[in-house]
Amino acid sequence: MTFRIKPAMLKIAAAAWLLGATGALADTTLEFTQWWEPELPAGSLRSIMDEFEAANPGIKVTLVSGPYATTRDQISVGAATGTLSDVVGLDGAWVNNLNAQNALADMNPMMDASKFDKGQVADIIKVDGKAVMFPVASFVYPVFVNLDLAAKAGVTKLPSTRAEFLDAAKKMTDANKNQYGWVLPLSLQSPGGVQNDLMSWVWASGQSMMADGKPALEGKPVVDMLSFVKSLNDAGTISPGIATKTEQEKVEEFVNDRAGMMIDSLAHVNLIRKRNPKLNFDLIPVPVVENYTGKRGLPYASWGIGISAASKHQEEAWKLVQYLMSEKVNAKLVSLANAFPGNVNAKPDFVTSDKAFGKAFEIFKTGYLTNEFTGLPVAEDLMTQFDVQAQKMLAGEQTPEQAAAAAQKGWMAKF
Amino acid sequence: MTRQKRSHHKLKRAVAPYLYLSPSLLIIGLLMLLPMVTVIAYSFQNSAVLRRDPSFAGLKHYQAIFDDPVFWASLWHTLYFTCMSVIFHMTIGMIFALMLNSDRINPTLRNILRVLYILPWLFTAVIIAVIWRLLLEPNGVVNSILMQIGIIGSKVEWFSSPQTALHAVTFANIWAGYPLFMVSLLAGLQGIPKDFYEAADIDGAKAYQKLIFITIPQLMPIIISISLLDFIWTMQVFPLIWITTGGGPIYATEVLSTYTYKLAFSSYNLSQASASAVVILLISLGLTLFYIRYQKAR
Repeated sequence: MTFRIKPAMLKIAAAAWLLGATGALADTTLEFTQWWEPELPAGSLRSIMDEFEAANPGIKVTLVSGPYATTRDQISVGAATGTLSDVVGLDGAWVNNLNAQNALADMNPMMDASKFDKGQVADIIKVDGKAVMFPVASFVYPVFVNLDLAAKAGVTKLPSTRAEFLDAAKKMTDANKNQYGWVLPLSLQSPGGVQNDLMSWVWASGQSMMADGKPALEGKPVVDMLSFVKSLNDAGTISPGIATKTEQEKVEEFVNDRAGMMIDSLAHVNLIRKRNPKLNFDLIPVPVVENYTGKRGLPYASWGIGISAASKHQEEAWKLVQYLMSEKVNAKLVSLANAFPGNVNAKPDFVTSDKAFGKAFEIFKTGYLTNEFTGLPVAEDLMTQFDVQAQKMLAGEQTPEQAAAAAQKGWMAKF
Repeated sequence: MTRQKRSHHKLKRAVAPYLYLSPSLLIIGLLMLLPMVTVIAYSFQNSAVLRRDPSFAGLKHYQAIFDDPVFWASLWHTLYFTCMSVIFHMTIGMIFALMLNSDRINPTLRNILRVLYILPWLFTAVIIAVIWRLLLEPNGVVNSILMQIGIIGSKVEWFSSPQTALHAVTFANIWAGYPLFMVSLLAGLQGIPKDFYEAADIDGAKAYQKLIFITIPQLMPIIISISLLDFIWTMQVFPLIWITTGGGPIYATEVLSTYTYKLAFSSYNLSQASASAVVILLISLGLTLFYIRYQKAR
């Protein structure tokens, strides 16, 4: 059997190919890997991308979305194999490793070329002088206080200093009723409790766990924090099961009136209300050391953004980053995420409509965002090491000084 | 038939079996051998996976894990967890199987017990971990009951205390795993000829003598096979320990699987994690060879 292709058909095929090819040439398709889409209302991130595409003809965005842990692994492998997406969602804890692999582009030249106003962004994460990440949305960690429990325990003034916190925690504790002043999650399964629930005490007082870019865990700030946590534990004010408690369990205990106070993400406000609509709670900044009057550091987790060093479309990728960091778009995105903005001029709508968020926004405005784990090498491993030493201390196997010294030794090996 | 044709025919006959086997050999090669060889190769490289041009590291990563006291603690915890689990899986499985095989128990009750005893087998590891976390938490049901009947005076932090955590996760694993033994042994019990017991009755044998001299010897092939398989599987348990304790408190429940996981996904030291995985592979391989030899001998 023989096939005869008519010339007309050939012409049609050639024309179709040409159209497709020119279309492909005209449009730059950016790949944007992140874990945000599943955490936002369905379709909302896609809708923002559609608006970006409409505002930037010739640029298309493909969203590559997955859960946080999957995205983390995907980005690590992508960095190693040179297949990282053009634009990537980043956690501050990853950037050091990614930078060591030369996987992230330096955004300094892009900012200079486009005369980008650096003053409008809340923070620029730099590693070795390279601007590798902007926090797009920040989830701050204030102290949640169960007001009914506090009132019943005779706590009339919400704590502002560590001494006041210890006093309030003691008053709120009634072990016979399974009720404790504070809840501390130090599970090794997810050692984030080290940054959110331990180091936050150091940062709140304007102190640091670092000195000259190196760990300074044996310094007074960290040792004092450990001593303070030990005193809370010795007084029996911390809900039992610290060493295996996870963040979810912490929230559950607070929601069910089993813990009077907790340091937690603002992102959980709606969850807490859903789980216990009757819970009467308020938000306060993390208490500080005696006589500290300076600005308070506010621990945060963020949705960061960066550009792949291997991207062939860095110019277009930068346009997308700029778009997401712009005042209006950033306000829209963080309103959807119940987060605080990466653009200092953006004001999310929930801060005016919701009292708790409004209060948190005040805390956010009067303090400054800080998370010293951002940009550190193998940040999760550092947290795990500190976690183990804190657990040993709370189990009575070592003093705060010994815990700090052991953690310092472990950390130094990673720097 | 010419000589050439005959040799061609011979060659075809010789090659044919391999052609039939080739699809399965290809699948085994791609899904089993390739990943295994890759992990072994990673264990001899510096910055495996994370660098495009990893350098040869020799035995450096093996040396590093053998010098790490946490590795040896993990190995000891793995052996304790595995041995205790297998012993108790076998003992509980045997007791329940004998109970379900006994004519002295009412058939209706026996059917109810059969369903109840097999229940742990129906749950996934994650569900089992969540159940035991809730039961054994300081404010949980177990503490409440033990305090009410006066066995403990204060709340025990079963998973959070370094003294009790390893026993607690082992207990949860024993609960989860005995039905395998129970079902296998029950099938074995039902296959033992009744004549043996009738002859023993005529000889005036007591119940325990029948158990020792008839039941256990008859079940021995099943006991050994299932024990070896259980040993291999239990050595690799990860989700139950990870979800209940995360390898903590401190390193009290760190086993080889959690140790390897942390090296890979917390420290991002994939070379060292590969070396640790190869050690687990070698231990499992030793046990597997033992199992295969036993099966061949039968």
